[in-house]
Amino acid sequence: MFSLRRAAAIVLRQFYLMQGSPARVLPLFAWVAIDMVTWGFITKYLNSVSGSGFNFVPSLLGAVLLWDFFIRVMQGVTTTFFEDVWSRNFLNIFATPLSISEYLSGLVLSSITSSAIGLAVMLVLSTTVFGLSFFLYGLLLIPYLLVLFVFGIALGVIGCGIVLRLGPASEWFIWPIPALISPLAGVFYPLSTLPVWMRWMSRALPPAYVFESMRSIVLRGPASPGGLAKGAALDVAFLVLAGWFFRSIFRHAVRSGLIARYSAETLS
Amino acid sequence: MTLECRHWSVSLKVLTVRNLRKQYGATLAVDGISFGVNANEIVGLLGPNGAGKTTTINMILGVLEPTSGAILVEDVDIARNRSQVLQRTNFAAVYAPLPGNLTVVQNLRFFGLIYGVRDLARRIEELLEQFDLIAFRNVKCGVLSSGEQTRVSLAKAMLNRPALLLLDEPTASLDPAIAREIRIKIREYAASGETGVLWTSHNMYEVEDVCDRVLFLSHGRILLEGDPRTLPATHGKETLEELFITVANETLHQPERA
Repeated sequence: MFSLRRAAAIVLRQFYLMQGSPARVLPLFAWVAIDMVTWGFITKYLNSVSGSGFNFVPSLLGAVLLWDFFIRVMQGVTTTFFEDVWSRNFLNIFATPLSISEYLSGLVLSSITSSAIGLAVMLVLSTTVFGLSFFLYGLLLIPYLLVLFVFGIALGVIGCGIVLRLGPASEWFIWPIPALISPLAGVFYPLSTLPVWMRWMSRALPPAYVFESMRSIVLRGPASPGGLAKGAALDVAFLVLAGWFFRSIFRHAVRSGLIARYSAETLS
Repeated sequence: MTLECRHWSVSLKVLTVRNLRKQYGATLAVDGISFGVNANEIVGLLGPNGAGKTTTINMILGVLEPTSGAILVEDVDIARNRSQVLQRTNFAAVYAPLPGNLTVVQNLRFFGLIYGVRDLARRIEELLEQFDLIAFRNVKCGVLSSGEQTRVSLAKAMLNRPALLLLDEPTASLDPAIAREIRIKIREYAASGETGVLWTSHNMYEVEDVCDRVLFLSHGRILLEGDPRTLPATHGKETLEELFITVANETLHQPERA
């Protein structure tokens, strides 16, 4: 039977680790703040030189904010998992009554907490310093955030599965995933900019629908919710796939003895 | 010397292991062993390195799936009710220290929540006192000496008052005085409740002192079983250590099985 208390224990552990650890606390808001400041000034500069009267703030700075939120969600899941990798805690934690669904829920709850901090910092900076107004997006802002949140969770869980399967050093495959996806997600430009074969790949990524919808609002006014619905449906598929993937990897790890000898980085 | 093995066939209250087998490719790590642990009993699982002791313990802990066989804790099958079984089990192993980046109390609180320990704050205070850890309560485990870390691991292992306590070389890093204290505490613990203990150690004097019964494991099979105080004489040896060396040497010269 699912126990919320056991899932909450993972969050409590993260809270303990944050206490008195600037190396863990700073990344929650420092990088997103730097991104907001950098892109805030870039958009201001673009506004001043384009001379077209087009406001780059909602399309570009808004996109960076949403993309950073997705990255924080994904890394919220993976870094919580990495804490067990770094402290070689698998044997202790998986020899307890904690089930896989409770463990994954703990990762998600931790991610909600850490990504909410990053989002709050970004919202404050982008609205107060650079005048980004979210009223422009209307209520669609909520599904935008939800679609990106679910996709971040799904990719985070898949990343955890990869590291569980390939060993501690493979975490370096996980950190660049958002950068690899970014060109296909159309964060900074419309998907029509991409060659046809890349557009096909973009259609499989939920964030692409968010950024297309967002740009449509900025350029043409109210957007059709159809595209976003496709993004949400893809999200559900990714989430199911991620859960199945992690469970399969975990089952393999229990069958092969990988949990007990994880630091050996065996691929058997 | 004749090697003999008496398999347990009756259902035992705390732990029942039936025909347990683990095969990695062509290597047979555990070869159809059966044994049990009763409440208030300390059973020593002995054998040379690579005999299959840790593999057996990992299977009982649910972190390694057996190729075949059954493991029951209080008559509940771990393959069917993993969480329920692990709720009633706990362990301490020299190769599984608690996270060094959490303090003693933080570690105990974290694991206490996972094990669903009732009145956790009080239980933690009891264990801090019992294992002489009060002075280290807010110290990160990573900076404790190996002996202190072992005591924290043992405190964690007893948090949920487990029905089955698995101890893999629990005193390996302790000085003789502390090791003796720990042995006394574990013996008292096993005698006081309904707990059964499965204990591995390479220290035969310790095994003789603590265990009610021992199982000699070699090449994944149980070769001998009995009271550690009478077993050596039964096999014409003076001490348990002498018997251990003889058994280990004999099995060393046995041909490898696929």
